[in-house]
Amino acid sequence: MKALVVDYEIARFGAALIASTLRPSSATRLGPLKLKELDPAELPSADWVRIAPRMAGICGSDLATVHGKSSRWFETIVSFPFTPGHEVVADDPDGQRVVVEPVLGCVARGLSPLCTACADGRLGNCERITQGCLDAGLQTGFCCDTGGGWSTEMLAHPSQLHPVPDELSDSAAVMIEPTACGLHAALSADVQPDETVVVIGAGTLGLVTIAALNRWSPPKQLIVAAKYSHQQSFSREFSSASAKPTVVCEPAKLIRVVRSTVGTHLLSSDRSLHPDHDPHSRLSGGADVTIDCVGSAESLRTALAVTRPGGRVIMVGMPGVQTVDLTPLWQREISLSGAYTYGTEIIQGAPIRSFDLAAELVAAADLGRLVSATYPLTRFPEALAHASSSGSRGGVKIAFDLHSPDYPAAPMLSTRKAARR
Amino acid sequence: MSQQPRSHQPRSTASGKSGSGKSGTGKPAQRRGQQPAAPRPGLVLDVDRSTPPVLLHSGEQFRLERLPAGRSRIIYPPEPLPGLEHPDEAIRDALLNPVDSDPLPAQLFSGMKLTIAFDDISLPLPKMRRPDIRQRVIEAVLDLAADAGVDDIHIIAALALHRRMTEAELRYCLGDRIYDAFAPRGQLYNHDAEDPEGMVMLGETRHGEEVQMSKRAAESDLIIYVNINLVSMDGGWKSTATGLSGYQGIRHHHNVKTMRNTKSFMDQENSELHRSNWRQGDVLKSAGINIFQIETTVNNDLFGDGPLSVLAKREWEWSAKDRATFLGVKTGLDRLPPSSRRRILHSWEAPYALTSVHAGEVEAVHKLTTAEVYKQQLVSVEGQTDIVLYGLPYVGPYNVNSIMNPILVMCLGLGYFFNMYKGKPVVREGGVLIMTHPTTNEFHPVHHPSYIDFFEQVLAETTDPIEIEQRFETSFATDEWYRHLYRTSHAYHGVHPFYMWYWGSHALEHLSQVIIVGGDPATVRRLGFRPASTLADALEMASDVLGPDPSITYVKNPPLGMADVT
Repeated sequence: MKALVVDYEIARFGAALIASTLRPSSATRLGPLKLKELDPAELPSADWVRIAPRMAGICGSDLATVHGKSSRWFETIVSFPFTPGHEVVADDPDGQRVVVEPVLGCVARGLSPLCTACADGRLGNCERITQGCLDAGLQTGFCCDTGGGWSTEMLAHPSQLHPVPDELSDSAAVMIEPTACGLHAALSADVQPDETVVVIGAGTLGLVTIAALNRWSPPKQLIVAAKYSHQQSFSREFSSASAKPTVVCEPAKLIRVVRSTVGTHLLSSDRSLHPDHDPHSRLSGGADVTIDCVGSAESLRTALAVTRPGGRVIMVGMPGVQTVDLTPLWQREISLSGAYTYGTEIIQGAPIRSFDLAAELVAAADLGRLVSATYPLTRFPEALAHASSSGSRGGVKIAFDLHSPDYPAAPMLSTRKAARR
Repeated sequence: MSQQPRSHQPRSTASGKSGSGKSGTGKPAQRRGQQPAAPRPGLVLDVDRSTPPVLLHSGEQFRLERLPAGRSRIIYPPEPLPGLEHPDEAIRDALLNPVDSDPLPAQLFSGMKLTIAFDDISLPLPKMRRPDIRQRVIEAVLDLAADAGVDDIHIIAALALHRRMTEAELRYCLGDRIYDAFAPRGQLYNHDAEDPEGMVMLGETRHGEEVQMSKRAAESDLIIYVNINLVSMDGGWKSTATGLSGYQGIRHHHNVKTMRNTKSFMDQENSELHRSNWRQGDVLKSAGINIFQIETTVNNDLFGDGPLSVLAKREWEWSAKDRATFLGVKTGLDRLPPSSRRRILHSWEAPYALTSVHAGEVEAVHKLTTAEVYKQQLVSVEGQTDIVLYGLPYVGPYNVNSIMNPILVMCLGLGYFFNMYKGKPVVREGGVLIMTHPTTNEFHPVHHPSYIDFFEQVLAETTDPIEIEQRFETSFATDEWYRHLYRTSHAYHGVHPFYMWYWGSHALEHLSQVIIVGGDPATVRRLGFRPASTLADALEMASDVLGPDPSITYVKNPPLGMADVT
């Protein structure tokens, strides 16, 4: 079987980190990810099965990992070497198309009794992600025992597998996992119909969060900070249910746009500066809820600047190590909470699996079109480079198509060399 | 560059006659060491192959451009009229011998409430060399008030929805003596149109237009309004009905419908803007508001006899010294960073001379004043043109000591310059307006906060004045933050950028295309206009719309001129 594998090579993580800053196109080539021919892995326990990935998405957390940008927080909850890929649509042993719910909770690990979170259906909050029949790993795609979607074969526990409705294409199906993340974030924000919500970032996670808000809890007013024009168009399209037309702006202009939309005051430490250029500008009031789908220091700072006192900030994008002044969190009594993965949601008082809701939303909003390009495994450097810059290249989700013919990888050329040719 | 004026014969000349421009008791001033030469009227010059390149302002820089021969003409403004030799005597004479009104001393009495209102920093442009006329006039008024034992006096900068003047600006305008006597006691201040306790509604016109006014002014026994009538739009009932009003009153004439029916707002007889203000004036009179109007005019002497005098000269008359001076000024400015250029140019103080002062009843005074403005500025022009060309200078009414942002560029070009006409616009309907200005995406964050949002949020959606008015005006006009900044900082009112856009709505409707030479492309496109890097490119682009060899008229301004188009 072919698989992309991340080995624990500190030097290569460091090289990838430096390269991703200086020359992003070469980060993957210098990093710890390699395409390997592997023997099939042993099943962790009798109830596990082998599945054959058809398509696997490239997530921001995957990019952070292979480019050496992940937080050291993960060191104890991942195990090397591992094959990335947790957004997976695959064929199960019966030839049935399935999507993988990658969280490795108590059930998948053969642990009994279940931890409190797993018993409640909150798989993402499992307290035993280093125990049981598997080595450490918060999800499939970060565990040495399970393999991952960036391969031609991987392992899965039946509890992780969700049948794909026939009407969903592979592209649509591969969007179910990120959509489940987004809807979990949208629902955990507990948005009320009279509230103003800001969504920062309109990449994959931002767009599916917007679509989920629109489907289950449309706010009175939605404001989206989206960097690129296609992201702005999708943002408007996916948010038609709000009482007021969605306001979409470039991230740099978000503070002023929120100010004028909610009708509050802008406070600036340097009034001679244009508010877009003042790193300390903020609002006296602001949005009721801000959902940060970027996870950078800048996005969190902005979230705190545009959220009203007593409001909520939901962090959906994976943050890593960031330096942010949290004084506003304290002074404005803002609630900051994370939204990680999924499990069980409560819709109109009834529990329902996040993945079931996600499949419904993917079909209803036609989210499969967010898959902008697919690559064979052999062209993984190009795939990851594309994923790293998908927004600026007019794309959203980049994925590996494990059914596409494997043709030789194009040689990686520097721009200068290519120009010479 | 030719100096020979042989072939530069004016096709038509100014309607204003050269002469003293005398008013009141003043006499023509005479510059030391010079014979009293009669100022020449404005002229229209047909461009031929011997015509030298002409000077165009382009924000804080200058351009020299050669216009196509055989199809271009240049409208030059009249030369400066002589100023009154004894302005203080002329002012006092106007106060003692007013038009259709009792002399001012007869209207002043002990125990009365007296409010003196004056035009704000938007006039004159550029600012006047000290002492400012407003200081001269108000000092004269205060002398009479003191003689009459009046001590309840408030002095208000009648800025309507403009930004508050700073202490330095008030001192410059009124002098330290007035400032120190009145400001510390709270008797000299900026008008606050958003003060809920400070404004009063006086009624409605027969057209349903609300009339709003400063409560202090409305409750006064007498309002003395001190104008500087730089252009013919200024003064009359617009002074009090707009200058001391608020959004509720101003919105009835500062709107797209009014502006599109105002042809032009420099021509009162054909201005719906003025008709509306005059109706509001009727309401003021009916409400018993007693107004003593003082209107003043200044000549066209913006640049004096110093190094900048070349800017006022006609190019074919430039001497070698003029050309060297111009080259030095231009090169120096080009090499400076924009902020330095701005600081230098905004520090320029024009040596205007007072050419007339009239006082008394509002409408009677205003008729006389308007005639004086026309005498200085009017140029007779035969026929319209396919392309009109303007060189926009660094300053307009709303960026004094500030930045001319893109919306103000639009307002200066399509509002003020385009409307400097009587009869018909200089450019024909469906014609093209070309203006030179760098039009950068730059805003003064203190003075123009709502302009930033207007540019980013409103113009990103539409440039149609009607749609802008309907969809966005109310939210900006009632925005609490803008209101707060207008009242406590030095920001223009939230609605002000809308008025700037409406100011150009007549031109937008009239023209087929607007091209900005030298403008930042993205910014120009946001305005709905077309950018061009050179004048030749702009003329080529205009030809795409107008056909080959369209006629071109360059209106040289400043100094100020106004076309009387027949």
